[in-house]
Amino acid sequence: MSTHTISVLVENHSGALSRIAGLFSSRGYNITSLTVAETDDETASRMTIVVDGEEEILEQIVKQLNRLIDVIKVIDFANDVPVEREMLLMVVDTTKSNRHEIIELGNIFGARVSAVAPTSITMEMMGTRRHIEDFIMMVKPYGIKEVVRSGTIALAQPRK
Amino acid sequence: MKKTGAQIIIDALIQEKVKVVFGYPGGVVIPIFDVLYDTKELEFILTRHEQAAAHAADGYSRATGEVGVCIATSGPGATNIVTGIATAFLDSIPMVAITGQVASPLLGTDAFQEADIVGISRPITKHNFLVKSIEELPTMLKQAFHIARTGRPGPVLIDVPKDVSMAVMENYSYPEEVAIRSYRPHLTGHMRQIKKAVAAIDNAERPVIYAGGGIIHSGAHRELLELAEKTNIPVTTTLMGLGGFPGTHPLFIGMPGMHGSKAANYSLQECDLIISVGARFDDRVTGHVDKFAPKASIIHLDIDPAAISKIIKVDIPVVGDAKNILTSLNKLVRKRKPDAWNDQVSEWKGEELFTFEDSDAEIKPQAVIKKIYEITKGEALIATEVGQHQMWAAQYYLFDGPRHFLTSGGLGTMGFGMPAAMGAAMTNPKKPVIDIAGDGSIQMNIQELATLSINRIPVKIVILNNEYLGMVRQWQDLFFNKRYSSTCLRGGSLCKTCVGGDKCTKAYVPDFVALAGSYAIPGFRATSPDQVEQTLRNGLAVDGPALMEFMVSPEENVFPMVPAGRPIDEILEG
Repeated sequence: MSTHTISVLVENHSGALSRIAGLFSSRGYNITSLTVAETDDETASRMTIVVDGEEEILEQIVKQLNRLIDVIKVIDFANDVPVEREMLLMVVDTTKSNRHEIIELGNIFGARVSAVAPTSITMEMMGTRRHIEDFIMMVKPYGIKEVVRSGTIALAQPRK
Repeated sequence: MKKTGAQIIIDALIQEKVKVVFGYPGGVVIPIFDVLYDTKELEFILTRHEQAAAHAADGYSRATGEVGVCIATSGPGATNIVTGIATAFLDSIPMVAITGQVASPLLGTDAFQEADIVGISRPITKHNFLVKSIEELPTMLKQAFHIARTGRPGPVLIDVPKDVSMAVMENYSYPEEVAIRSYRPHLTGHMRQIKKAVAAIDNAERPVIYAGGGIIHSGAHRELLELAEKTNIPVTTTLMGLGGFPGTHPLFIGMPGMHGSKAANYSLQECDLIISVGARFDDRVTGHVDKFAPKASIIHLDIDPAAISKIIKVDIPVVGDAKNILTSLNKLVRKRKPDAWNDQVSEWKGEELFTFEDSDAEIKPQAVIKKIYEITKGEALIATEVGQHQMWAAQYYLFDGPRHFLTSGGLGTMGFGMPAAMGAAMTNPKKPVIDIAGDGSIQMNIQELATLSINRIPVKIVILNNEYLGMVRQWQDLFFNKRYSSTCLRGGSLCKTCVGGDKCTKAYVPDFVALAGSYAIPGFRATSPDQVEQTLRNGLAVDGPALMEFMVSPEENVFPMVPAGRPIDEILEG
């Protein structure tokens, strides 16, 4: 099994998303993360799909993505390291005594406090998927109330 | 020009040079049918089931290469064409299916006869559209035909809500051009890849051409013949490719795979180069994939990049239209004289590709097919249902030209043959159109006898009646210890212990000849070998549709056979 980050530029209209998702689900593949939004061109959306699967099957899916009428362009970041970011919002249990410790921990990861309540704080962070997973692991012992992750967005490295 | 949505739909069909439309009316498509009522440019055929309308459109397309068109209403009308669309999709048949939909404000409300057909048909169409306003309608219709017929062809569905077909557009004109930025099929092969292929062909010692339905879609049969004759390379065609290379040609070695010829299967296993043209290495062809063609390099010519290396790792892919690529290839490839490899292949081929033991006592289904071949001089359009009769038709009717064999290869749809033959007959082929059927399959769309009868569509139906669902029974015979569970059409699942054969007291129903009679279609029956020829001549002489039933030996099996998942040189021979 390997993890691929696949970027798909698609026509911005109804049906495109389920057509694309269908290629994964028909193989029994679960999408790890999926983000979709308009690009600078409002008629096109960019999807970033992170998925685990067999190498050959993912290659096949990429070809089938290219075949879809709604798909304008597909980039499979199988081997390239793209510019990759994910956003995290997380509510962490706090006490008077450990609040500072958690904020300190956040500082190491570049996480900011976005809201504070008497027994919890909400932290926000942007980073790579790996980076975000590390932060969650570090905070877990303090008690996590809720986590929401945006899913990865990715672009190719600019050519030098 | 001012037109309603319904008028725009019919005008688009006329602009696209559609001559026949198959379908069935219903609540939300009444506006479309209302326009059809006054349309003289199109012939409309009312089937007796929407599924048959889809298969008929498919058969029309298979016989001509043109886009077949069917119309159905929303909800059950739309879900009834799903099998027909899937059948066309798996065999890459260009088709446009127009479905009515409940009015836009009712979408998603479980309205009467509402089904999300765009959602349902998404994985079985090349593309589909939900028309949300009349402004989109002309472009979508234009795109639908363009997408259906170009690149790797396939079915396209357009779902039209009732308010869209009733809306009025003030300044309608049918678009002259299509521009879809994300859809530009590769048509010409890459020269570097073609040169690599040529070098591989020139250097091969034991090459085989493996050609599929792509030859027929592309119209590349002449180019394929030229390649084969220039290089003396033996040719096997898949079920979908039959007729893409002359069945009577000395270089033809039959179809490969599960019920393929020994010559084709041994050649593939022993060859050092496979030149695959418009074929997709289906599991019924490859058998055990890891043990398929172990000594061969593979050149794969295909218009669909997604078909390349899907099943088998390909050494030299060439993406493009088969006719274009073969034309370039033929100019470059070296002539080759027949050699020891040709001798070896001829030895495997023997006198005839397929043989069976004939009988004086009972009608052998293979003998009926051979007789049809003889009487029609190999020129008929043959449609089939799915099962044993389909394989026998593929084995014993030698197709010398493309678009003469109409069969559901990919999806394997029982009930396909009669409506597909109906579609083919509507193209006025000036040749007999014959549906070769089993007694099981024919009952899946038997209601179409009415359509044939009323419209005097000259389809000749040949039923090889073995009183079983023969292909499943064959597997039960070979792999399930002869436990004929639910495959006997006398008893079905009702008999706890089968007494079998002559001892069975149950009557077979229906009486197909009487049934044909009730539709005012002449029916004929043969119960012994000496009646076969006359029965065929009687049926074929009828002006209009006819039904011929042959009571064939009940437990005849299709051989050769490679059991599913086995290497294709492990052949059972009965």
